[in-house]
Amino acid sequence: MSEVIVVTSGKGGVGKTTTSANVGTGLAKMGKKVCLIDTDIGLRNLDVVMGLENRIVYNLVDVVEGNCRVKQALIRDKRNPNLYLMPSAQTRDKTSVTPGQMVKMIEHLKTQFDYIILDCPAGIEQGFQNAIAGADRALVVTTPEVSAIRDADRIIGLLEANEFKKIDLIINRLKVEMVKRGDMMSSADVVDILSIPLIGIVPDDENVVISTNQGEPLVGNSTPAGCAYQNICHRVLGKDVPFMEFDKSISFWTKVTGIFHKI
Amino acid sequence: MRHLFRRKRSKEIAKDRLKILLISDRVNCSPEVMEMIKADIAKVISKYMKIDARNMEIQISKTGTKGGRNVKNPTLYANIPILDLNK
Repeated sequence: MSEVIVVTSGKGGVGKTTTSANVGTGLAKMGKKVCLIDTDIGLRNLDVVMGLENRIVYNLVDVVEGNCRVKQALIRDKRNPNLYLMPSAQTRDKTSVTPGQMVKMIEHLKTQFDYIILDCPAGIEQGFQNAIAGADRALVVTTPEVSAIRDADRIIGLLEANEFKKIDLIINRLKVEMVKRGDMMSSADVVDILSIPLIGIVPDDENVVISTNQGEPLVGNSTPAGCAYQNICHRVLGKDVPFMEFDKSISFWTKVTGIFHKI
Repeated sequence: MRHLFRRKRSKEIAKDRLKILLISDRVNCSPEVMEMIKADIAKVISKYMKIDARNMEIQISKTGTKGGRNVKNPTLYANIPILDLNK
C-alpha cells in the first residue's frame, strides 16, 4: 500500500522544500521506495535542494501534456537508488496542470512507489489545489511565528474541508534560546493553538543552510536538524519516537519557586 | 504582583493575538464586522437600559470540548456592563 503525503504550509519560506527533501531522503534511506514531486510550477526548487538540477530533461508539465512518459521525467537520486524526483516546470505557470491530471499521474506512480511526497507551493490557489488533489495525508510545516501559524491554521481548515484524515504538524526553526527567554512560542504553545498532532520539531540550525548550499539533505547525520528529520521519518512510518526536550520554557518564577520547593 | 517583577513576555503577546485572530479567521468574520455587530448590539440594548458601551466586549468562541478542532458551532458572547437598569 503506498501513501501519498503533501508537505504544505500556506506561508512561503517556512521550510516546505527542505522538509520534503529530508523526509523523502530519510524514508528512502530506511529502505522505502520514494518519489518526490515538486508541484511548484514556475518556481521550482526541490531539484536544487536535492542537488539534481543538472539532470532535468523532462518535467511534470511534459508528463501531463503527454510529451513524455512518466518514467522519462523521473530523475534517480545521486546517492539513493530508492529515491526519485519528478521536477516541476520552471517556464510555465500553475494553471498548466489541473487537479484531475495530478490525480491521474499519482495513481500511476502509486503502483511503483511506497511513498509519494508532494512539495506544495505557497498560497491557497491552484498550485495548492493541484498538490493536495492526489494526497491522502498532509504534513503542515510552520515556524513559531504569528504569520506562519495564522497561515497554517487556514491551511488546516482547507485540508479538513477536503476530508484529509491524517494531518500532522512540523514546527520548524525553533530557536531554543528564545523559547527559554519567553520570547518565542514553544512547541506546546503552537500545538495548543493549532490543535493537530505534532510529528516533529526541527531546531533552527545553520547546517540546513550548509546542506542546501551543497545540495545534500542532512537527514540522518549528527546535526540537530539531521536528527530531528530522522525522527520525523520514523514517526511517518508509525514508530513511536520520543520528542527531544529542548524547548521547555523556564520562567524566573518557576526557578524561584523551584528553590523554595527544594528547601 | 507578578507584573511588578517582569514585563509581559513577547510570546504571551503572540499567543493572545493569535487566539483572537484565529477565532475571527475561522468563522470568516473580520474585526471590522465584529465592531459593527458590537455597535448594533449596544444600540439595541441602550433602548432599554443604560449601559457602558465603551467597556463592553463581544467575542466569538468555539463551543464544546468534544476534542479536536470543533469550530463548526461558534457562539457569540457579549459582556455588557450595565450602569443603570431603569432608564
